[in-house]
Amino acid sequence: MKYQSQAVALPYFIAAIALFAGQVIFGLILGTQYVIGDFLFPEIPFNIARMVHTNLLIVWLLFGFMGAAYYLVPEEAETELYSPLLAWILFWVFLAAGVLTILGYLFVDYNTLATMTGNNLLATMGREFLEQPLLTKIGIVVVALAFLFNISMTMLRGRKTVINIVLLIGLWGLAIFFLFAFYNPTNLVMDKFYWWWVVHLWVEGVWELIMAALLAFVLIKVTGVDREVIEKWLYVIITLALVTGIIGTGHHYFWIGTPEYWQWWGSIFSALEPIPFFAMTVFAFNMVNRRRREHPNKAAVLWALGTGVMAFLGAGVWGFLHTLAPVNYYTHGTQITAAHGHLAFYGAYVLVVITIISYAMPILRGRAANSPRAQVLEMWSFWIMTISMVFITLFLTAAGILQIWLQRVSETPMSFMTTQDQVALFYWMRVWAGVAFFAGLVTYVTSFFVKGESKPLIA
Amino acid sequence: MSGTFTKAMARNVFYGGSVFFFLLFLALTFDTMKALPKTDNRHNLTPSAAAGKHIWETRNCIGCHTLLGEGAYYAPELGNVYTRRGPDFIKAWIQAMPTNAPGRRQMPQFHLTDQELDDLVEFFRYTAGINTQKWPPNIEG
Repeated sequence: MKYQSQAVALPYFIAAIALFAGQVIFGLILGTQYVIGDFLFPEIPFNIARMVHTNLLIVWLLFGFMGAAYYLVPEEAETELYSPLLAWILFWVFLAAGVLTILGYLFVDYNTLATMTGNNLLATMGREFLEQPLLTKIGIVVVALAFLFNISMTMLRGRKTVINIVLLIGLWGLAIFFLFAFYNPTNLVMDKFYWWWVVHLWVEGVWELIMAALLAFVLIKVTGVDREVIEKWLYVIITLALVTGIIGTGHHYFWIGTPEYWQWWGSIFSALEPIPFFAMTVFAFNMVNRRRREHPNKAAVLWALGTGVMAFLGAGVWGFLHTLAPVNYYTHGTQITAAHGHLAFYGAYVLVVITIISYAMPILRGRAANSPRAQVLEMWSFWIMTISMVFITLFLTAAGILQIWLQRVSETPMSFMTTQDQVALFYWMRVWAGVAFFAGLVTYVTSFFVKGESKPLIA
Repeated sequence: MSGTFTKAMARNVFYGGSVFFFLLFLALTFDTMKALPKTDNRHNLTPSAAAGKHIWETRNCIGCHTLLGEGAYYAPELGNVYTRRGPDFIKAWIQAMPTNAPGRRQMPQFHLTDQELDDLVEFFRYTAGINTQKWPPNIEG
């Protein structure tokens, strides 16, 4: 690594992978509860397990983003990190807050937890993905601001590259839009309206800036393509992302009590949301084809290309599938949404974080790339996890189509639970695909422990 | 990309385009806030319904159910449950949980008081009256 202080990224990446494993284990519990309804009841009810599953996802991706920033910003700015000590302190604070919150979910009754943590002073809990106690939410803001201070000062001290600027806009946007998590009006329609300012403007807005910046950084490193070319692409991609994605928020405003015109705004703009993801795929392949060097880290190249393709499929294609209002009228709140959610998060954010880890981790461990054997195993884990996730998505999509037909289209609609029984076969197949995904994750973690001759780092 | 489209132009398009569309989004938000009283059923948002929303949140109901189609997909849609089942059924159902039927999905027992049950039902009465553009397609949610 070029700067000593980049080393602080390492604990962030390790924590990210560990929490990722926790997320997948809870995913397996949830998948099982879909087919064996009383599995682990009453010890871990479905709503608790789901909260753990989704919150772990958010926390480990944030660990990944922060680790990526600590690695990337000093290198781009060509200076040491402003305060490595602060980064270390924040690591422990964030890890403690995250772990305590998860333990709170698992071992304290949710209503008691709410009372204990000041939810009666300012009620923010019990909304999907924003279930964290008030104290945790405040902790997230404090950590985020201190983190942003640290990397912003680093950038201001050094070279202000486009990648750094875009990454910082994305991260500042992440922190700013999270503030809407504290706004929870009694009016349910307004509650939902601004809830999406966190959820949508994160994943279909500013997170795409973070993702594009990370991808651009890794592509510069592994392909050696001229920075000017890559930075121009980066601007084009993020322009497409925000121009489509901001008004695209409207695709959540079809059926929640908002005016009808959102069906037009939301349908048209969100139908264009696949374009930036398509551009990212073309970008990744184009840069790799025009590469000026053969980087020894083949695995990182595979993850980078995989990010482009799977983000386009998951976020782009599976998003478009149900984004037009006349279609969404039938698909809204069904397994189609779950299918899209899984492939989109995996394709875009899981894969981009693993891409930067795959590139940076060997360097942080003092080598240019891992041994060929370790890389082969890592690439196997890419294929096992990716194919498994595609199958999870296909089974959920099949379940969703059937669910819609039986419960919403049929002239003699079935009740929700009767419908669920009818589609159980697909839930069973999803569980097995989930087990395969877990095997892929185990393969991934194992790849870090494979010994062998690795390429030394040329300083 | 052709040589005439420079990085500086790409940057300007990014800043200009993002600011423009964010301002457009704010304008639409402003208009929505003005229009909401016609559709969001706020005149039925009684103190009891507000208390019901608090119960809805502090029992993490969204972790299994959907509400106006948003939430988890493990248990039935509840935005229109007031219309589908009526107040007495809802209360009796919550009190009877869990069913403990082997292999069936289980809902926890929340030990709600009569007042809390009434508040929750009042919340569902309010949500069922929100104008959702005729969603869901039928009463089953």
